[in-house]
Amino acid sequence: MDMFNAIVQVLDSTIRLSVPLLLACLAGLYSERAGIFDIGLEGKMLVGAFAGASAAAVFHSALIGLGTAILISVAFALVHGFASITHRGNQIVSGVAINFIAAGSTIILGQAWFQQGGRTPALQPGERFEAIIWPGAEAIRDVPIIGPIYAELISGHSILVYFAFAMVPFTWWVLFRTRFGLRMRAVGENPAAVDTAGISVAWLRYRALICTGILTGVAGAYLSMVQNGGFVKDMTAGKGYIALAALIFAKWKPVNAMFACLLFGFLDAASIRLQGSPLPLVGKVPAQFMQALPYVLTVILLAGFIGKAIPPRAGGVPYVKER
Amino acid sequence: MAQAAIELIGINKSFGAVRANRDINLEVARGTIHGIVGENGAGKSTLMSILYGFYQADSGEIRVGGKPVSIHTSNDAIALGIGMVHQHFMLVDNFTVLENVILGAESDALLKSSITKARSELDRLEREYGLEVDPDAVIEELPVGLQQRVEILKALYRGAEILILDEPTGVLTPAEADHLFRILKQLKDQGKTIVLITHKLREIMAITDTVSVMRQGTMVATRTTKETTVGELAELMVGRRVLLRVEKGQSEAGAVKLSVKNLTVKDQRGVTMVDNVSFDVRGGEIVGIAGVAGNGQSELLEAISGIRHAVSGEVMLDGKPIDLTGKADPGELRDRGLAHVPEDRHHVGLVLAFEENENSILGYHDDERYLKGPFLDVDAIMADAKDKIEKYDIRPANPRLKTANFSGGNQQKIVLAREMEQDPGVLIVGQPTRGVDVGAIEFIHKRLIAMRDQGKAVLVVSVELDEIRSLSDRILVMFAGRVVGERGPDATEGELGLLMAGVEHQEAAE
Repeated sequence: MDMFNAIVQVLDSTIRLSVPLLLACLAGLYSERAGIFDIGLEGKMLVGAFAGASAAAVFHSALIGLGTAILISVAFALVHGFASITHRGNQIVSGVAINFIAAGSTIILGQAWFQQGGRTPALQPGERFEAIIWPGAEAIRDVPIIGPIYAELISGHSILVYFAFAMVPFTWWVLFRTRFGLRMRAVGENPAAVDTAGISVAWLRYRALICTGILTGVAGAYLSMVQNGGFVKDMTAGKGYIALAALIFAKWKPVNAMFACLLFGFLDAASIRLQGSPLPLVGKVPAQFMQALPYVLTVILLAGFIGKAIPPRAGGVPYVKER
Repeated sequence: MAQAAIELIGINKSFGAVRANRDINLEVARGTIHGIVGENGAGKSTLMSILYGFYQADSGEIRVGGKPVSIHTSNDAIALGIGMVHQHFMLVDNFTVLENVILGAESDALLKSSITKARSELDRLEREYGLEVDPDAVIEELPVGLQQRVEILKALYRGAEILILDEPTGVLTPAEADHLFRILKQLKDQGKTIVLITHKLREIMAITDTVSVMRQGTMVATRTTKETTVGELAELMVGRRVLLRVEKGQSEAGAVKLSVKNLTVKDQRGVTMVDNVSFDVRGGEIVGIAGVAGNGQSELLEAISGIRHAVSGEVMLDGKPIDLTGKADPGELRDRGLAHVPEDRHHVGLVLAFEENENSILGYHDDERYLKGPFLDVDAIMADAKDKIEKYDIRPANPRLKTANFSGGNQQKIVLAREMEQDPGVLIVGQPTRGVDVGAIEFIHKRLIAMRDQGKAVLVVSVELDEIRSLSDRILVMFAGRVVGERGPDATEGELGLLMAGVEHQEAAE
């Protein structure tokens, strides 16, 4: 039974750890499906996390925090759009610039506003998103198998966790069942076809980037207002890049994206769980090795275990009307 | 005359200093097929882009169905019943036919109703016009002929009454082109108006009712097709008399320079593409290889020029064998006096992103004429490029211009100049005039004949029968990888056509 409980606990933290990846990955999916590479997911998450925690601490409201996180993150997404859609700039350069600005400005502003070495004040209850306990969760906790699964895995997460997983079928539905999704997929493959069909390429891509901004904003808010009780500098710690890797791994499909993020989340959870405890055969493994595992796996997976991943064909190329 | 579907009055359009369209007047009658011909850069596509709302005219008036209209975007054009089939298809390759058809013409925010509607509508169009295509097929898995049909369906689905086709046959096989023409005639019979932009005069004569000729941005003439000739149209296009069949003297064939014996070549899939082919090319003669595209001509050229391995056989250049196992690279063959003008200049012949002068020495850049120690001698290269530009009348005469910015005909001249000016003993040329204007065709043909008269051995492969008949001293016909016949230059088109279709070959086999 101990073994079973341990597994449930690892799976529970898998879910918690994969949420920011999943949100960022779906965010990237919107922009890349529309033909805009977005290496700035990391930066947008970071400003979202900072803005969310700051606003929540100042206004004593989790919802205001979330709203602010989304607002600021969308604003950064629009900057990326202005550079890469309107001015046809290099999308990678623009994304990297956003990451730099995010990393620097959050520390400077954090220090200027709160004088806590770049941190935001610790969030009090009511300023964070609390776990939602499902009806009957406590009552059946002791029922074997089903009890822990219901109480630990399904119940007891914050609203943002449920939102993240709900976004998977929703994104699929948007992509494949709506006019916006059809046009967005088309503009990522052949913008000229969209243009000659009488649809604005730029407006379509801007809208996709707004979706990206909303989702990275939520991802950031999750980091600073759910996982952590406040903002810590550089708290995204490369999650935006892992999300990009997961997006390629998932071949730009929403359901695949969920599984890819769960896998990366699981590795993360397992590495935390196994730190310090001896493994069969190999014995005690340094913590650093376990922490490096998700990244090593990313390299191995992307190096060829996933078959051919074909990105949206017009990705990274600014659209210029041909003569 | 029937009522006009489209009238263009006094259209002007400039791009910077270039006047692409000057005072264009055009009237297209309803229910007719109207051809617009002109050389590359004559302003045909610009004019049609103005009509389709891609560009705005600087001045002038457009009337559709007699009413003055203003067309600012493609949407305006679509709303007025104007549909366009672009030269490069505007399709999303990994979408289904159905998704491509509804893109931009969805009935509401969800796709379900649009898909249902499109399905029944495609069904109707299929019945009415014989435009059958599987609505659930993915575009990239369809042959180009069907992809083009999807473009036509897209326009019809949007309620197009006027259909503009820009160079529709450039990418089609002759059979696919014939099918397209049947469809266009059917559309005409149903009352649609069709504007056909092309530079292939043969097509104009075959299918249009009226034809307008453009030259250097102006509309020089409009004729009723029945009352004009290919010769007159060519002359109007180029502005001078054009020799459609180049004059040439008797050939004086000398020693055998290129000899191919029992050559067999397989493609990547292991299919035999060239099957036991033997022939000789002598100095001072042009040997033409005719055949429908895909009968092994491309593979034959590639094997001889050292790009592709051969399975068996022998190729002798000036009496010495060429290694066919892949050890002979094209560079070595170049050094031995074999020059090659490849069929596909964009992928094999040129680096489009390079400047003209760089392309004009590509492959010969190791030649000491172009080197100064270990470095390229830029001055020598520029002087050489300028010399070639003058000799071959390459326009614009700017060796620093990016090659992609030259027209197809001028790009071809860049490749020809590079290969011919090396003074090779043997010249092999694939599709010498594919995508090239009438005026440039005449020029290229003259140069090839001049090469022959200098005693070079010239091997020409072309899918244009006229070209083969006009150039060759001897004609070989390839069918299914074999040479199925040899004829003199006076062979009739019908005779060659039968050979190309494999008719005589099959009879002989029976």
